[in-house]
Amino acid sequence: MKQEHPAIDVRDLTVAYREKPVLWDVDLQVPSGVLLAIVGPNGAGKTTFIKAVLGLVHAAAGSVLIHGEAYSAKRKRVAYVPQRGSVDWDFPTSVLDVVMMGLYGQLGWLRRPGKTEKEKALRALAEVGMEELADRQISQLSGGQQQRVFLARALVQQAEVYFMDEPFQGVDATTEKAIVDLLRNLREDGKTVVVVHHDLQTVPEYFDQVMLLNVRRIASGLVEEVFTEENLRTTYGGRVAFVSAVAARKES
Amino acid sequence: MSPSFEIQLIAIVVAVTCALPGVFLVLQRMAMMSDAISHAILPGIVIAFFITQDLSSPFMIVGAAAAGVLTVALVEALRKTGLLKEDAAIGIVFPALFSVGVILIAKYAGDVHLDVDAVLLGELAFAPFDRFTVGGLDIGPRALVVMSAILVVNVVFITVFFKELKLTTFDAALAGTLGFAPVLMHYVLMGLVSVTAVGAFDAVGSILVVALMVAPPAAAFMLTRRLKPMILLSCAIGGQSAIGGYWMARWLDASIAGSMATVSGLLFLTAVLLAPERGLISMARRQRGQRVEFGSKMLVIHLYHHEGLPEAEKECRLDHLEDHLRWEHAFASRAVRSCKSQGWIRREGELLVLTSAGRDHAREALVEL
Amino acid sequence: MELLQDMFTDYTLRTVAMGAALLGITAGSLGGFALLRRQSLLGDAISHAALPGIALAFLLTGSKAPLVLVTGAALAGWLGATLISSLTRMTRIKYDSALGIMLSVFFGFGLVLLTYIQKRPDANQAGLESYLFGQAAALVQQDVFVILGIGLLVMLLTLVFWKEFKLVSFDPDFAATIGMPVRWVDHLLTGLFVVAIVIGLQTVGVVLMSAMIIAPAAAARQWTDKLGSMIGIAALFGAVSGVGGAVISSRNANLPTGPTIVLFVSLIVFASLMLAPNRGLVFRRIREWKAGKNLRVDAVLVDLYTLASQHTSQEYPHSERVLNVMSSMSGTARRTLNLLSTLELARQIDQNQWALTPTGVERAERVIKERFGTEGTL
Repeated sequence: MKQEHPAIDVRDLTVAYREKPVLWDVDLQVPSGVLLAIVGPNGAGKTTFIKAVLGLVHAAAGSVLIHGEAYSAKRKRVAYVPQRGSVDWDFPTSVLDVVMMGLYGQLGWLRRPGKTEKEKALRALAEVGMEELADRQISQLSGGQQQRVFLARALVQQAEVYFMDEPFQGVDATTEKAIVDLLRNLREDGKTVVVVHHDLQTVPEYFDQVMLLNVRRIASGLVEEVFTEENLRTTYGGRVAFVSAVAARKES
Repeated sequence: MSPSFEIQLIAIVVAVTCALPGVFLVLQRMAMMSDAISHAILPGIVIAFFITQDLSSPFMIVGAAAAGVLTVALVEALRKTGLLKEDAAIGIVFPALFSVGVILIAKYAGDVHLDVDAVLLGELAFAPFDRFTVGGLDIGPRALVVMSAILVVNVVFITVFFKELKLTTFDAALAGTLGFAPVLMHYVLMGLVSVTAVGAFDAVGSILVVALMVAPPAAAFMLTRRLKPMILLSCAIGGQSAIGGYWMARWLDASIAGSMATVSGLLFLTAVLLAPERGLISMARRQRGQRVEFGSKMLVIHLYHHEGLPEAEKECRLDHLEDHLRWEHAFASRAVRSCKSQGWIRREGELLVLTSAGRDHAREALVEL
Repeated sequence: MELLQDMFTDYTLRTVAMGAALLGITAGSLGGFALLRRQSLLGDAISHAALPGIALAFLLTGSKAPLVLVTGAALAGWLGATLISSLTRMTRIKYDSALGIMLSVFFGFGLVLLTYIQKRPDANQAGLESYLFGQAAALVQQDVFVILGIGLLVMLLTLVFWKEFKLVSFDPDFAATIGMPVRWVDHLLTGLFVVAIVIGLQTVGVVLMSAMIIAPAAAARQWTDKLGSMIGIAALFGAVSGVGGAVISSRNANLPTGPTIVLFVSLIVFASLMLAPNRGLVFRRIREWKAGKNLRVDAVLVDLYTLASQHTSQEYPHSERVLNVMSSMSGTARRTLNLLSTLELARQIDQNQWALTPTGVERAERVIKERFGTEGTL
């Protein structure tokens, strides 16, 4: 049975820039149908973790299995939502076009996106409530809308596993709600989603599992078990007051 | 003074004069502004020449400085529209200004000594024959006198405004809030680049001015992290390029300016390869040494993480390292050997087990993070 | 008419115009990707770095055939581009420094080789130096065929790898996650870029070639928000400035072709920045002015409404002076009031007194609702 394998199985992932370790021996297993948040202070290696899993940065050691197979073999089942700021939004292209980029991998060489691809893209846009803006130029979008375009581009890939880098960063309330709904829909469909998240307060509400990361994995597992004041304190170091406030909020 | 000596002296002064503002261009990530300015000053030179009919007039410098500042202002204006990125703005402004200069020369200065070749390429070999005389007294080659004057200006500016330059270079925003007028500093620096370029174009030509402004500071950047040593090193490397270039040109009977640029490039390459800390070779060597050290550290941390847990049976085996850490067999054995020799681990059959010293080392390593 | 006739009969003009047009098309279309990848200055570096390749090709083969020299130029240009990207990736040297060094050092070395060739007894260097500033007038039909052939190849490859080029330019990380060989696409794009540049060297020369790459694309970007149209328009602008520059310089004595083409295309950039619909500065100014006017109209409307709501009728008149004080209009209320009356939103009761019309009241209520989210009264 396929389901015996966790959706994501990362072992001993280690990344070093020059000689400085950025990630030390990180293990993470995520079962199917789980929403997992990665939290940790700035420079903790959250983005690096996702990029190393996706092969975008070179890992000094470690292995990544997706549903029991090497990532390179399962690439088509994995979707990636990069940080919004990683691209130039003044690029001359439309919302629909960006979403269709998610299908380029399936199209392969030479083939152009056609009618089917357009329909798929429109459906993905509808899922994030953006179908009316399909023809809009991407520079005319608000931050939240840009984020939803990126999400639609990942949705259209019809993947099993999603990696999202700070999707909640600087978005409006409408978008935040749209993303949360989307995450829940994905979970209902049995998909697995890993989200780099910076808002500690919403972790218990939005996610099932959490990994606390600061160069090494401090803890990972069910939110109610590992999202403790003690673990947060270990992760965030000295900023105890801030951590306690969050913990207090969580208690209440 | 023999012409040979004079040429070398001029070359050294030109190189050092270029290296000084070059340091700040390199650090402020505006190295390509030297390319833009050294081309864009052409119309300034031409127009000043039309007015004064004299290539040695100080108005040439004024014209060039004005054209240089115009370049900076135009680039800034284009960028501010938000319609073009800065690199595109630079790439559009300077060819346009340069074209204006070339057309002006072709149309109106056809038979005077001001051809584009001279501006672009320069010719140092003839510099000693153009003398600077005051009341019949021969002071030296004109190029030497002019460049020395510009050198003095650059040195004075950098010495007097060292603190301000340093601050605007490393934190323009902070410099602004402290009232150091980073925009003004920017324009003054660009003005200096223009004046230096016009002084140097005679001798080395505008394209090779770029080599002398960028290559020595970039080489120095490989060698040090501190500003003052970087400035001194840049000057030294510039001077070396000058002398090396002169002798290379003599040996090949080729362009002196081109040879100076070539030598500055070779010195830069040497710095990239051999720089003691950040050079490619020392980095590669250190990495190879540190990979084993890094690997042993990883190994003890790995064992420490899984120690006493149910999966330890599986995780702490030698063959597992090759599987999960994606280590090559040879490397895994080297890391294990290294850990064993330091008394951090011992083998129990196929199982690798931490010693208490190894456990301490793992904890230490984790604290270091 | 005479010009048209010349185009058909004058061999030189026809050759130069054809060559420049084809060059403009090739450079313009590839320039689009360079612009979007923020590699506007890479073209400048590549064209300078090509010089030693030309000299070496001549030194090694003794031939001045365009294809030989172009091959040498392309290899050197490609080496320069590769060194720039490896330097920035592997050392602490920044992109701008790497560009500047490769540009000037390669060029300096090329100059050494050129002067060395010149001083050799078998010197026959004429033709090599034309690469510096280009010598469009020296173009022969064979050169045009070379440009045409290479240009067609470049365009064919651009069409074939369209979506790869597009995605790698927009979001290379994402491209990698969907299995696109980003490195190879990058090499291919850089390779085409190098080829487009070196075929232009003979026409416009080392120094000005970078403008042929960037300027048409920068102008085209202002007219459209679609990548395909942008590349098409860039090719068109490239062709137009190629022909335009060639024709103008042929009509005027002592007007070199390369710089004329560059000035022509610079004018197109300037006109595009100003006049392009949507993005152009003129249109932006007009839009801002309109928006400003609307704001002022609304402000005075709301003021009149607020004043009147303290009285029995919402059409109760008030004096201009009060309005000037209220909306801090510093004396400009009169102009806005006149505008209001032509729009029939307010009417003048006597010399100084103004009142809302029923439509004015309606609009004021709508504005207040939109701005403050409250119904009717304040």
